[in-house]
Amino acid sequence: MNALKATFAELLGLFVDDGMFALGIVFVVALAAVVSALPQASMLAGAILLFGCLALLCASVIRAAATFETRR
Amino acid sequence: MIALLNPAWPSVAAAFLASLVEAVEALTIVLAVATVRGWRPAGLGAIFGLIILGLIVAALGPLLNLIPLHVLQLAIGVLLLLFGMRWLRKAMLRAAGFIPLHDEATAFAKETAQLREQARGHESRLDLIAGLTSFKAVLLEGLEVVFIVIAVGAGHGSVVSAAVGALAACLLVAAIGLVVHRPLTRVPENTLKLAVGVLLSAFGVFWTGEGLGVAWPGADLAIAVFAGLFLVVALLTVGLLRRNRVEASL
Repeated sequence: MNALKATFAELLGLFVDDGMFALGIVFVVALAAVVSALPQASMLAGAILLFGCLALLCASVIRAAATFETRR
Repeated sequence: MIALLNPAWPSVAAAFLASLVEAVEALTIVLAVATVRGWRPAGLGAIFGLIILGLIVAALGPLLNLIPLHVLQLAIGVLLLLFGMRWLRKAMLRAAGFIPLHDEATAFAKETAQLREQARGHESRLDLIAGLTSFKAVLLEGLEVVFIVIAVGAGHGSVVSAAVGALAACLLVAAIGLVVHRPLTRVPENTLKLAVGVLLSAFGVFWTGEGLGVAWPGADLAIAVFAGLFLVVALLTVGLLRRNRVEASL
């Protein structure tokens, strides 16, 4: 049972490292999905997805770096 | 030029580079097992891991054909975003000096020490423990390779091309490992991880968008543009963080 739990945790760890970062990605995808359902908004959904992911990546790395600096 | 325009190229390159990193990590652990307990348990564990991986691929492969394409693209796209951006984020933090670089020599020393420690109390079961360690390493790193091959290939039917890229990387690392008999410490792992993170994130945006019905301008060529954007943002952010660190230390 413990081995199964450990394997599941390792598999989950492949996709989720920082919980807030993973939630942010899901939020960006959900927002793009909502916008894509609107008429004539397919390209806007694509732009939200692409630039949302880029902004999220940048913000998450800067936030993590600031946390590491504070701990020092 | 014609070969470079082949739409399977990005899938093959992403699968090759990602598999190279995973194979190097698996090789380090298998070598540690072989050093402590010999090639028999290390080899048997690795072979058993490869058999289980083969069975998983054989079971999953036909199932993929049953899933509607848009659902498959969306699911794979989101998983690729989670997986690829996680790699990219970590590689950026390593490149900026906030997380120590992954060192195969250290990983090898740690794994060897752990196995020797286990040997003290469980001499009779050590072959089993050693075999299981090798098995787990090959299975877990192999699962990542399988996921990447399916993820970058399934969206437009280039799973076989991606699998060839992955297999080539695994065979290359195995061959070098057999010859040199020590961890491949000279492989620039973080640079590779950053490159793979960029590629997988670009694929993730592309497939998620396709799954949501976005008609990307330039079709497959959009992947190269996305990869370029992710690379520029990653390098600029790393540069900014490095500069801030230097200024803070003055």
